[in-house]
Amino acid sequence: MSLDDAFKDPFFRDESFFGDYTYRNTPHAVNRFPFPFPEDDYMYSVNMEPHVSGRPGSIFEHCFDVDEHYVSEMRDRARVLEQDPLRCQSLPHMTLAGWDLLELIMEKFSEDYPQWFSLTKDGNKWHWINRPLGIDQKFTFLDESTLPMGPFEYITRQAQGDFTLQDQRDDNLWIEAGMVTSQADWSLDFDIGMNFHEWHAPVPLAHEMGIFDRALKFLLALQHGAPVRRFNWTMTVDPLLDTSPENYHKWGPSKTTMTPETIGKRQHLRVELQTLIRLPRSNAIVFPIRCYLISLDDLVTKPKWARRFHRVIKTVPDELATYKGFIRNKPMILDYLAKYDDGAPTSPGWWPED
Amino acid sequence: MRSRPLYGRLVPRQGSSHFIVADGEGGEAVAALLTAAPDLKSTTHIVYIPGTNGTDLTTMVAGLGAQVFHAAPSYASASQRIRKVLGDAHMGLQLYAAGTEGLIGQVQRDAIAAGLPHDALQTEQRGSLARRVQCVHCKGITENVTLDPFVCSHCGLNLFVRDHYSRRLAAFQGVCIDAEDPGEVPASEERFK
Repeated sequence: MSLDDAFKDPFFRDESFFGDYTYRNTPHAVNRFPFPFPEDDYMYSVNMEPHVSGRPGSIFEHCFDVDEHYVSEMRDRARVLEQDPLRCQSLPHMTLAGWDLLELIMEKFSEDYPQWFSLTKDGNKWHWINRPLGIDQKFTFLDESTLPMGPFEYITRQAQGDFTLQDQRDDNLWIEAGMVTSQADWSLDFDIGMNFHEWHAPVPLAHEMGIFDRALKFLLALQHGAPVRRFNWTMTVDPLLDTSPENYHKWGPSKTTMTPETIGKRQHLRVELQTLIRLPRSNAIVFPIRCYLISLDDLVTKPKWARRFHRVIKTVPDELATYKGFIRNKPMILDYLAKYDDGAPTSPGWWPED
Repeated sequence: MRSRPLYGRLVPRQGSSHFIVADGEGGEAVAALLTAAPDLKSTTHIVYIPGTNGTDLTTMVAGLGAQVFHAAPSYASASQRIRKVLGDAHMGLQLYAAGTEGLIGQVQRDAIAAGLPHDALQTEQRGSLARRVQCVHCKGITENVTLDPFVCSHCGLNLFVRDHYSRRLAAFQGVCIDAEDPGEVPASEERFK
């Protein structure tokens, strides 16, 4: 895979999610940021809705959002995989689901972004071109020997966000493949092979609320062609995509070095757009977890978001703030946000200008 | 905890042969099983491992009259034998594991790996609640963890035991407790005796 020519298209930012942290959102990216709070307070809910095409230019316009961070995110993924190959694993029976996902991503990318991606098919002889990453690949669909690696790893090295594949059997979902390099503190290597309740075991409060029972029941009935989506969120210091438990002892100290002077630049709201899509041949469910990061300085440029985020953080139970990993900096975050909350009412929904 | 398995009581089942793996106080569960169903003895193979807490019922279990009795000093030393027996299993093999959670988890993991259905295994937890814990950072497994936090026996990080259990690894998850404030480690407590 050659990344040498990638930045010739000025749309893609050349930036890092590690070390010197040159990641930034352009004003365009701030405008379309998926602010995940439709109301002034927050509590768990299943909050799933159909993953249908949304407003043009928004992150919902297409099935998969390819944005200005694409090339740099793929470079960061390659870096993480080089350091720790266990971040991509697929149990042997998940290969067909990997092909399902490869087909889905190639078809959607080439339909929605023809300026960057093209897929041509002659029966099972396929030709894939990924211009931003400089990839030109001829291969035989469903023949692993014609790709440089398994289909799941091959395609998820070319698509933003983490991906897991869930097999469905015994009225449960089993997480049996994953590409996980931008996770909010969970370990694929530990969780692979678990069922739905098992891999959610560490989440506080939600089990008792029946959230996972309802979500599982809903997902078991998920139909091909009718994907769904939901948001999740947490807080991350510095635009670090790889907040893995594996490396927690390396990135954990960053939480202690933020000051009132640096918090606006360093503290990021981390939003996951989670989609769930039934795959046609394998009957597996693919779970793309797409991560968006925005600094507090950028977030407060939208007055509605600033007011609302202050109110959300103020009302988050400590148990949740602890689980999400920002309890120690919660007072500093609130001090920062309070300056932008004049108490004015906010309009419903998450769009900044509505 | 949702990912932690539930354990039951060993009860005799009809079967062509019976394979029992036990450690420590699990020997008492084996004795209870074979006392309740003495006709199993002639087709039973027992592997017994003394507990790391000092409980050694080897003499008692050896005297139960099983067709095959094997005393092993550790699970690791017995694992080749256990995998061979599981791999050779015919229809009708009944599988039992009794003792510590670490032992039960490893038998379960090896049984699944051998292709046995997960409900083919009966389990009974007895004795020490010591845990097998995998360090999420270096991936090394520390056996018989009774303290929380504890020091990873492989990489030396200070770990707390998260309530998260993997059947595939037969281990709980250990996570660095002083990642954010290196050196600030709370006093260890004996949580898993």
